[in-house]
Amino acid sequence: MAQARSVAEALDARLAAAEALGGSGWSRDARSAALSRLRRMGMPARRDEYWRFTDPERLVRPDPGSADLLGDDVRMAFSSTDCTRLVFVDGAFRPDLSDRPAAEHLEILPLQEAMSADIHWASALYGRLEAAGHDPVARPLAALNTALAKDGFVLRATGRVPKPVCLTYLRERDDADATVHVVAGILEGGALTLLENGPGAARMNIVMEVDVAKGAVFNHVRVQGRDHQRLTAAHVFARLAASSHMKSFTMTSNGALTRNETVVDMTGDGARATVAGAVVGDGEFLHDDTVFVTHGAEGCESRQVFKKVLRNGAKGVFQGKILVKEGAQKTDGYQISQGLLLDEDSQFMAKPELEIYADDVACSHGSTCGALDPDALFYLMARGIPRDEAESMLVLAFLAEAVEEIEDAELADDVRGRLEEWIVRHRR
Amino acid sequence: MLEIKNLHVELEEEKTPILKGVDLSVEAGSIHAIMGPNGSGKSTLSYVLAGREGYVVTQGSIRFRGEDLLELEPDERAVAGLFLAFQYPVEIPGVGNMTFLRTALNAIRKARGEAELSAADFLKLVRARAKQLEIGMEMLKRPLNTGFSGGEKKRNEILQLAILEPCLCVLDETDSGLDIDALKLVAEGVNIMRADDRAFLVITHYQRLLNHVVPDVVHVMADGRIIESGGAGLALEVETNGYVELLKKVA
Repeated sequence: MAQARSVAEALDARLAAAEALGGSGWSRDARSAALSRLRRMGMPARRDEYWRFTDPERLVRPDPGSADLLGDDVRMAFSSTDCTRLVFVDGAFRPDLSDRPAAEHLEILPLQEAMSADIHWASALYGRLEAAGHDPVARPLAALNTALAKDGFVLRATGRVPKPVCLTYLRERDDADATVHVVAGILEGGALTLLENGPGAARMNIVMEVDVAKGAVFNHVRVQGRDHQRLTAAHVFARLAASSHMKSFTMTSNGALTRNETVVDMTGDGARATVAGAVVGDGEFLHDDTVFVTHGAEGCESRQVFKKVLRNGAKGVFQGKILVKEGAQKTDGYQISQGLLLDEDSQFMAKPELEIYADDVACSHGSTCGALDPDALFYLMARGIPRDEAESMLVLAFLAEAVEEIEDAELADDVRGRLEEWIVRHRR
Repeated sequence: MLEIKNLHVELEEEKTPILKGVDLSVEAGSIHAIMGPNGSGKSTLSYVLAGREGYVVTQGSIRFRGEDLLELEPDERAVAGLFLAFQYPVEIPGVGNMTFLRTALNAIRKARGEAELSAADFLKLVRARAKQLEIGMEMLKRPLNTGFSGGEKKRNEILQLAILEPCLCVLDETDSGLDIDALKLVAEGVNIMRADDRAFLVITHYQRLLNHVVPDVVHVMADGRIIESGGAGLALEVETNGYVELLKKVA
């Protein structure tokens, strides 16, 4: 009962904050709709089946807690990538630190500006995919985000946007509670690569809603930053029209608690989606990937590839579902999740699910958990490679299958390099 | 070069004795073959030489180029010049064959206090060796041993041998699972690598590899001991009569 009461109190406190925001026009309507959704759902708690492996308490409570700033000189991801860089500090957009938000075939506005303007395509998207993403499982933290967000971007790709847009989340305070909301529409024939990097905030709640029109392409590469005590709840909601294509990859290192939910709804025939992640955790670390892919049309392909390397008591969670609706024939669904435990204190928990209502379907899923292969280690050492280096090679090789899902080779190399550096820093 | 004295080895977990007093001396420039029936301890000997975990030496010694081999980690043994061509080369998806070879060569060079090879120089070396051994460069672009046929795996072992240039090469049933053409290619590779300062220890069930790689000395192993040693003719004798006659003789 004590837990139920504290959850209810937490909800009240945070709803009060959302109500205080007010706003005008479409944003006020979107916020109040999100608030009523949230009231119906309530905040998540450990007793919920969807949170059985990950206690959401620290994501839910009013106090975001604090997270020490990491004062090292490890370079940021994508620092050598030619892109339009948009910088947030503790969750607030900072035009003074950013490139001018502009590119060919791209309409883009900071969320605050968009909310006070009459931009029909933004208002038509904001909160819509999130609202549609609660069936059959509620995702209250996403609704909370829609209700609270002041910062973020709305963007629309009207063609192939020539270079990536990179959202960089920096930190200055040790106790910031950030809420960032990004809405992206990619029009027919358009293409957009969206990058995200940086530690975010002491507590970061980010929602991304992406509507991918017929034949359009969305690439997403996210590097979640390395601050040890930070908390993150991230949601990506993507709707894919016919023959469209999305790839979303996330690398996560460190962080006390990370819940990444990805909800993909394939509504048009022949759509393709890949959701992948490479995760490395050492010590006080819980990382949860929760993926829900719905095949709602014919001939769609989906892939989920998740790899987690865990040591010193780190915990990894994977909950992945493929739902094939009635009539979604010729579906090709694939899912693999693997944990590599570098010691006996670490844990990997996986809940792979398939739910299929069509009969002409190829779906497979696999989940494994184990230690480094001693035969492989011996083989490398027998060729003169010292134990440390051989172990690092094998850890990186384990992660490689997920990294290979990144479309762009240069971005993949960047991620691979960061993983390698992390592995070397965290050698025994 | 290699001096094994009264070597007794048991399996760590089961405490089962496998080697029960092996004596063997291999000189630089020579080729020694070890033959023997299944379960005689041939492969155990190769693993103990390379330093695989899971075996306990209960008695005896192994000296390699003046050093106590048993004191060294597997990577240090490679640095000292020992090479084991595996009976079952391990598939490692995610590690490129080329990256693996370069990492291995440079690790050995570094440990010996030599300069690491640049990417360009390394490529030149690999190209030359692959050409010599008639190995296509496409095999080098694939992940290490992954999806390789039995023949490709064994040829990849010989390529590693040719690039790392060890002084003692232990070939553990390199002929197993090979058709006659693949066997010949592997044997040619070994012959190319013969040198005055390099020795080979060829472990095999069958005599057929020894038609192509002609040994100076043949040893027959049974029940954890070397029961007979002789010239190349001993292999032919085994091929004709099987091991039964020899085993009777020592019984």
